[in-house]
Amino acid sequence: MTPTPAPESLLFGRLSLEAIPLHEPILLVTFAGVAVGGLATLGAITYFRLWGWLWREWLTSIDHKKIGIMYMILGVIMLLRGFSDALMMRAQQAIAFAGFEGYLPPHHYDQIFTAHGVIMIFFVAMPMVTGFMNYVVPLQIGARDVAFPFLNNFSFWMTTGGAVLVMTSLFVGEFAATGWLAYPPLSGIAYSPWVGVDYYIWALQIAGVGTLLSGVNLIATIVKMRAPGMTMMRMPIFTWTALCTNVLIVASFPVLTAVLALLSLDRYLGTAFFTNDMGGNPMMYVNLIWIWGHPEVYILILPAFGIFSEVVSTYCGKRLFGYASMVYATVVITILSYLVWLHHFFTMGSGASVNSFFGITTMIISIPTGAKIFNWLFTMYRGRIRFELPMMWTVAFMLTFVIGGMTGVLLAVPPADFVLHNSLFLIAHFHNVIIGGVLFGLFAGINYWFPKAFGFKLDEFWGKVSFWFWVVGFYVAFMPLYVLGLMGVTRRVSKFEDPSLQIWFVIAAFGAVLIAVGIGAFLMQIFVSIRKREQLKDVTGDPWDGRTLEWATSSPPPAYNFAFTPVVHDLDAWHDMKRRGYVRPTSGFIPIHMPKNTGAGVVLSALSVICGFALIWHIWWLAAASLLCLIAAAIVHTFNYDRDFHIPASEVIASERARTKLLEGRA
Amino acid sequence: MTTTTIASGAAAPQFYTTEEHHPENGTLLGFWLYLMSDCLIFAVLFACYGVLGRSYAAGPSGKDLFDLGLVALNTAFLLLSSITYGFAMLEMAKNRKGSTLFWLGVTGLFGAAFLCVEVYEFAHLIHEGATPQRSAFLSSFFTLVGTHGLHVTFGMIWLITLMIQVTRRGLIAENRRRLACLSMFWHFLDVIWIGVFTFVYLMGTL
Repeated sequence: MTPTPAPESLLFGRLSLEAIPLHEPILLVTFAGVAVGGLATLGAITYFRLWGWLWREWLTSIDHKKIGIMYMILGVIMLLRGFSDALMMRAQQAIAFAGFEGYLPPHHYDQIFTAHGVIMIFFVAMPMVTGFMNYVVPLQIGARDVAFPFLNNFSFWMTTGGAVLVMTSLFVGEFAATGWLAYPPLSGIAYSPWVGVDYYIWALQIAGVGTLLSGVNLIATIVKMRAPGMTMMRMPIFTWTALCTNVLIVASFPVLTAVLALLSLDRYLGTAFFTNDMGGNPMMYVNLIWIWGHPEVYILILPAFGIFSEVVSTYCGKRLFGYASMVYATVVITILSYLVWLHHFFTMGSGASVNSFFGITTMIISIPTGAKIFNWLFTMYRGRIRFELPMMWTVAFMLTFVIGGMTGVLLAVPPADFVLHNSLFLIAHFHNVIIGGVLFGLFAGINYWFPKAFGFKLDEFWGKVSFWFWVVGFYVAFMPLYVLGLMGVTRRVSKFEDPSLQIWFVIAAFGAVLIAVGIGAFLMQIFVSIRKREQLKDVTGDPWDGRTLEWATSSPPPAYNFAFTPVVHDLDAWHDMKRRGYVRPTSGFIPIHMPKNTGAGVVLSALSVICGFALIWHIWWLAAASLLCLIAAAIVHTFNYDRDFHIPASEVIASERARTKLLEGRA
Repeated sequence: MTTTTIASGAAAPQFYTTEEHHPENGTLLGFWLYLMSDCLIFAVLFACYGVLGRSYAAGPSGKDLFDLGLVALNTAFLLLSSITYGFAMLEMAKNRKGSTLFWLGVTGLFGAAFLCVEVYEFAHLIHEGATPQRSAFLSSFFTLVGTHGLHVTFGMIWLITLMIQVTRRGLIAENRRRLACLSMFWHFLDVIWIGVFTFVYLMGTL
């Protein structure tokens, strides 16, 4: 329930004890759980005296590998939150029939579906995709780190800052109840007077800074820091997809920043951009947000395509079929993704010719995507396929994604869209491509690169349990939604009248439970693998007989990645090196120039979160103070010129010698 | 794509370089990328102005409000500041710290003059009742011009910071790189202003 706006106080703005949702038992229990868990974690860190280690080795680290791992951890934690929202929605829709209201009041239900969408896209999929790019790209191109290591740490903390604000909204105030894109006029001050939309705006603005800067960073890394001999057309496909994704990030996130800034001006200053009166135009918002929003889905899926390409080629023991066509398909998708945004609102009155244009461009995207599917299939054809976990996820992806792609082409036909828009058919479609594409890709990637990052493989039994529950659970959860959508059931509804629909919602809820088991099995897989790490150990650095440079170094790689920078002569550089008798250097090591850790990223992000919180609650003095501190801290940081050091040759010799011993021990 | 394949058994080529490999510095490329993303923010604001710029809501129009003489003065300040920044960069290339600082100072004064005129213009408009809340046209006008002004303000803060750093440490490599970045930023703001001047003020008074 939204309390009636209390008069704002000078000290606390509109923040008061009313803002703590004491009357919502679900939130109270969740809060208790989070508080107990959080205190236990903090207590354990204190008890084992890990704060210093955590601060020095992780939080302030500018090592791209550690930052990549922290992104993944953030993504997994937020997955649990986002998935809890999903379970609550499924439970509500399965029981709220024929007069029974269910257990979630509409206002709470609206916040849950909004939070679910926002969290899954911005704080699960984005951090995990960015995490992979951070971890893998520098290794694949034979670099020591990214182009701007400090910026990388800062980006991570800004993303985390956004996540912190979203989580805060659960226990202090409310979250937006507008749907994940917060269309005005609903998200305007007249219809959403309290803090929900403000949480939404500032969480995305703060996280958006991180995303944009990491995009700039990775483009500069890929363009400038490739190992000698690695021409553009010798880059691994994952690096290519990462490049295209980051181009999309840099070319689309500023639009999101700008449109959210305009929405905040409407809400804070009473301007008239998206209002119904004073000449405002809400359609401007819808257009602009989808000019960001459509490229965003390709930002998520392209790296997943890259992961599948690496996995297929490795586990089939073959060079990827049609490397060049794969590159061109990726680039074509990158460009086309800017020419389709209007298909998200065919029904909003743009007229037949505009709709036709965007319908056709949308259908054209299926051509390069189809080319990719065939490339993967032809790579498998006559390959020596090893059905390890990453390969299983890849096959599941190919089957599932083709179904999702076909329903997508169906929705791209404007007359069909007039029937299906805003229905559960759409919900089924985009979960079909996001789960079947992005999420399966992430799991393939986790199973594939985990041994590189930690030096031991993931447990196969629990991995398979997780795989089967996820895949079966996905079909059970979302196929009923296609049926319901075709019957005309609309999205974002918290209760239904027609009891004949209920069985489909019950089946979907059961599917969600299966997925829950899949997630549980994934956590179990990590836990069991850590317990069995000696058995699962990989001393070679190349457990899968890999083909790209990240497998040339040890697992986990040393801070400097490669003792000597590799020289590349062919596509699939590491495969080429192994084939032509590469001998690992064991002497002649020299000191390595590396950047220093810094706590500036943590400080700047913390100040941003305080500033965002103050703006949400109209605590103007705090907002001004934290903004001034933010600027001051940024300036102070620029006065630090002492930003790098040399890893002494003796240290390089020691860690390389340790690896030689490991390799000999195996032989 | 040409890839050379050597039959296995042939002499293995060099697979690593024993010298320290120094990739090219990516700062200028990275800063360019940032500027292009900033350019997109302005593109959105221009698009909003394009769509909403005639939605007066029965309020004043550009014709009623804009004082071209004042804007011409402002434009002159900003364009001159770009030239003086160019002089600073030339002096930096000749490694003359004192005159680099002098021209940076002149640039800052022109920037400050620009901001003063803009603040005066805004205050005047608001005083006349042409507030950002009055109509969608005025919302988009204030936001577009104000965002540019905000950029100039941050440019000024950056300029002062850099002047202190150059004074303290001289024209070392890091400071040269930073001056080059600020130079791009400052010229970029000039280019944006030419767009603002043309599309907002000149076309608005037609």
